[in-house]
Amino acid sequence: MQMVNITIDNQKLQVPANYTILEAAREANIEIPTLCYLKDINEIGACRMCVVEVKGARSLQAACVYPVSEGLEIYTQSPAVREARKVTLELILSNHDKKCLTCVRNGNCELQKLSEDLNIKDIRFEGESGNYSLDNFSPSIVRDPNKCVLCRRCVSMCKNIQKVSVIDTNERGFKTIVAPAFNKSLNEVPCTMCGQCINVCPVGALKEKEDIDRVWEALDNPELHVVVQTAPAVRVALGEEFGMPIGSRVTSNMVAALKRLGFDKVFDTDTAADLTIMEEGTELIDRIKNGGKLPLITSCSPGWIKFCEHTYPEFIENLSSCKSPHEMFGAVLKSYYAEKEGIDPSKVFVVSVMPCTAKKFEAQRPELASTGFPDVDAVLTTRELARMIKEAGIDFKQLPEENFDDPMGEATGAGVIFGATGGVMEAALRTVAEILTGKSIEDIEYNEVRGVEGIKEATIEVADLKLKAAVAHGLGNARKLLDKIKAGEAEYHFVEIMACPGGCVNGGGQPIQPSSVRSWTDLRVERAKAIYEEDRALPIRKSHENPKVKMLYDEYFGEPGSEKAHKLLHTHYEKRENYPLDK
Amino acid sequence: MQLYRSHVLVCGGTGCTASDSVKIIEELEVRIKEFNLQEEVKVVKTGCFGLCAEGPIMVVYPEGAMYTMVKVEDVKEIVEEHLLKGRIVKRLLQGAKAEEDASIEESDFFKKQMRVALRNCGVINPENIDEYIAFDGYKALAKVLTEMKPEEVIETIKKSNLRGRGGGGFPTGLKWEFAARQESDQKYVCCNADEGDPGAFMDRSILEGDPHSVIEAMAIAGYAIGANQGYIYVRAEYPIAVNRLNIAIKAAKEYGLLGKNIFGTGFDFDLEIRLGAGAFVCGEETALMTSIEGNRGEPRPRPPFPAVKGLWGKPTILNNVETYANIPQIILKGPEWFNSIGTEKSKGTKVFAIGGKINNTGLVEIPMGTTLREVVYEIGGGIPGGKKFKAAQTGGPSGGCIPAEHIDAPIDYDSLIQLGSMMGSGGLIVMDEDTCMVDIAKFFLEFTVDESCGKCPPCRIGTKRMYEILERIIDGKGEEEDIEKLEVLAKNIKASALCGLGQTAPNPVLSTLRYFRDEYIAHVRDKKCPAGVCKSMMKYVINNEICKSCGICAKQCPVSAISGDRKTQTPYVIDQEKCIKCGVCMEKCPFKAIFKNV
Repeated sequence: MQMVNITIDNQKLQVPANYTILEAAREANIEIPTLCYLKDINEIGACRMCVVEVKGARSLQAACVYPVSEGLEIYTQSPAVREARKVTLELILSNHDKKCLTCVRNGNCELQKLSEDLNIKDIRFEGESGNYSLDNFSPSIVRDPNKCVLCRRCVSMCKNIQKVSVIDTNERGFKTIVAPAFNKSLNEVPCTMCGQCINVCPVGALKEKEDIDRVWEALDNPELHVVVQTAPAVRVALGEEFGMPIGSRVTSNMVAALKRLGFDKVFDTDTAADLTIMEEGTELIDRIKNGGKLPLITSCSPGWIKFCEHTYPEFIENLSSCKSPHEMFGAVLKSYYAEKEGIDPSKVFVVSVMPCTAKKFEAQRPELASTGFPDVDAVLTTRELARMIKEAGIDFKQLPEENFDDPMGEATGAGVIFGATGGVMEAALRTVAEILTGKSIEDIEYNEVRGVEGIKEATIEVADLKLKAAVAHGLGNARKLLDKIKAGEAEYHFVEIMACPGGCVNGGGQPIQPSSVRSWTDLRVERAKAIYEEDRALPIRKSHENPKVKMLYDEYFGEPGSEKAHKLLHTHYEKRENYPLDK
Repeated sequence: MQLYRSHVLVCGGTGCTASDSVKIIEELEVRIKEFNLQEEVKVVKTGCFGLCAEGPIMVVYPEGAMYTMVKVEDVKEIVEEHLLKGRIVKRLLQGAKAEEDASIEESDFFKKQMRVALRNCGVINPENIDEYIAFDGYKALAKVLTEMKPEEVIETIKKSNLRGRGGGGFPTGLKWEFAARQESDQKYVCCNADEGDPGAFMDRSILEGDPHSVIEAMAIAGYAIGANQGYIYVRAEYPIAVNRLNIAIKAAKEYGLLGKNIFGTGFDFDLEIRLGAGAFVCGEETALMTSIEGNRGEPRPRPPFPAVKGLWGKPTILNNVETYANIPQIILKGPEWFNSIGTEKSKGTKVFAIGGKINNTGLVEIPMGTTLREVVYEIGGGIPGGKKFKAAQTGGPSGGCIPAEHIDAPIDYDSLIQLGSMMGSGGLIVMDEDTCMVDIAKFFLEFTVDESCGKCPPCRIGTKRMYEILERIIDGKGEEEDIEKLEVLAKNIKASALCGLGQTAPNPVLSTLRYFRDEYIAHVRDKKCPAGVCKSMMKYVINNEICKSCGICAKQCPVSAISGDRKTQTPYVIDQEKCIKCGVCMEKCPFKAIFKNV
């Protein structure tokens, strides 16, 4: 890369020619405040918090989008810059509800932090402030325009990354509001509930629909047997909520905390992930052998499922009929487990702790109630679990080592890697390859499906079959891949799609990192590293070798794809209208 | 070609069309036939003459007699008297002139004007390409394509010192040169016809009166920078302009003046129209391009500048309608000719839409450097009712006002900037002594608040807060620190807003504060509006010594705020709580017993 010489606050330095002033300033250890900026996602220079003086320019310039050039002279802390930033921030604050003490983002709010950093003591320009009603009709996402600062990160995430485009700016000027078209509710538009918008929101304008109170009520109800299960991605991110480094593995702390919260049993969704591999692997082999609809596409990600039902209904037949792992687990808990433990299934209350907001929507799908009761009763995001732990006064970092409960507390490395993009594919390959070849395979790390590249392809030779696989993560990439398949430009046997970029580790329910961290650290990579470490640390790394899964088939289901398995572990999908007309 | 002894030009601009010029033309044709003159007299529907206040306008040649405020009923007389018998209908002449200087060129309104951009407006039928060609149309394009290299075209424009007529005043030739230097598989030429300043209609009139001049210039620009596709972004509220542009583009394509292999030179250039939905911000170049791309019309940060990365990321030049209208003339007459007009740093002419408190509301084109006084008192015919000139607003809502003390300032880019205003696209609103400058600032700010796109907080929230403060001041609730707040906000919005619209939005407040600070102080300190405009600060009172207790005022009062008794001769009083300050009582009092206290 060609370098250029610039001067920032009288410091001379050389930076790559493709840098913005903001990036260059970081090299000089100068932190320029930002609000709308999110690297690679939202670089629009809208919020004007990062303005700087550029010698020769008529007005102040946004550092986040201003390209450096040879000889550029920049002042980031001049009186004019400080005053402009303060006035702009006061203006933003004058149209913000400022109910910080009761805000879900209290203590993790970029606006609050800015206000502190810029030493705001007074808001000189108070006036009319937006008075909007809350959009809380979606089972997953709550939208509060009174807190919105119109940074548009959510818009860009939804439109440019996920390519779902259900929110954008409506109206103009002071009346501008980020909302679905015609200010409809998120529940009335083809929102996939992926929650990526929440993760990029600098303030509390977007948040998950909280289910904490329902879980506390269940825990306090002596009649209920409250069981909790945790998804693989939760254990590699929960620590961030307690100030631990990104990518910390906190499995045992998490289990210990859940036990202290009063759950009767703490199970691992990974066990059900192994079960999913048995069912989905069997389905794949069956479709390949018997001329079924190909490619088979994974169905673990409820955001992806809803997207498919709205936008790509022609692929519904390609979807695996397997329920997502936590739903499978819920059905097992209310059937096999309840019978085995002698508990009335109506008294079993299943809580899923998920990195995901779409799971909240999924849990409410009427067809996911195989036993007559909802498979899962409540879904908590990783963030909500952290809040409960804090509320209960548990010192998360100082907990003794504890393990998941029996009879279903054992999982394999294959189940764990479900948390990262490519993980379901890799877990399936570990099992399918052995079933098809009938041999034990040593080299089980399929690196070609790992990593954060948008679409990954692999051809794996299994017995006499050249298995063609593709992995897409993030719905924008899913769109690309599906369009390719639709156009006949690509053919696969097996496709993994996850709604969230990076897969579940970066799910819409995961801890929120501010732009100042997220812009410079790839959360997907750091958390996935922890996932693969967890995999390597486990003694069993193939789903079909999980003794608990074997036990389940021996004692209850018979074999994968059996009638009983179909009744409890499989589901179906429906085409959904995108913008249903008002009746 | 058929020759006529007389031509009747009737304005087909938006203003005159609204006052029935189309019916006048129909009536003319009927009457002309009635007297069997159709072989001798030709009726032409032209573009705007400029004197819109007195429309519909009709000009009869060869005399050049200009009839104003013509009604359908007058047509019979014009045909019988003027066209048949050769006797000018004096009562319809502009300014009711004597017959001998009836000619349009001799009228005060036109005498000081110099028509370059408007040269064909009110002269040719804009829907007939042959008429444009007859007036040297497409000759400049032919010259450029057959005799000049692209660099020579750019050099000519640079030498002419033509500056953008849309507001910023950026040198046009330089803009073209930047775009020409870019290496790209595709470049674009865009025309900004999204005229948004309230009261401005220069661009509309050019498009309505002479659309081919813009088309020709865009093709020249395309050749100069290496683009083969152009877009004209025009507001949907300009239906006549859009229609005539469509007709013109179609005709130009049929004549081979647009499309493939123009004049057999191998140069291709095509044009399309894009309709704007009327957002003011879409006049800002990056917002305009974002809108052409099909997105919400919002500005984006520069750099990169459009000449480097414009429409769909390709090098693009964007010029205003009036800028383009100058180009063919510069090519034909040479940069030296253009340089001979205007002032040292502002060459050529500028079209202004004059409005407000002025007799000759309308469109004028003057050489740069003409003074404001000449425009107001000579071309504009002065202020109605002999009132005093207080200020003129140039540059629309982004500009500022020029007070009476600077009425002799020459109108050009730099002196307007020096005076705290700007050229803008050419709106010029005249204000008389009855105007409250705080109220004017609020009026313009209301416009920008409404038209802010909402992308950046300084404009979205800052202008709203400024507006709220002005509202407070006008309601008599202002405090002295409000003036300071206005200044802090204005300064910082100017410095940090994303686009030109936001950066210039505080200008009306800043310029009125600069020249009329005492009016602001009177509002906040003394709670008085010196011009007597702000209703909260004035009251109507009845002088009971003059009052004859007739009761007419009480009867006329729409809110029953006046009480008294006619029978007992109890003098009438106004209940100030109820009074809505409409002034009807004062107007109706036969004894002039009611006064407005400011």
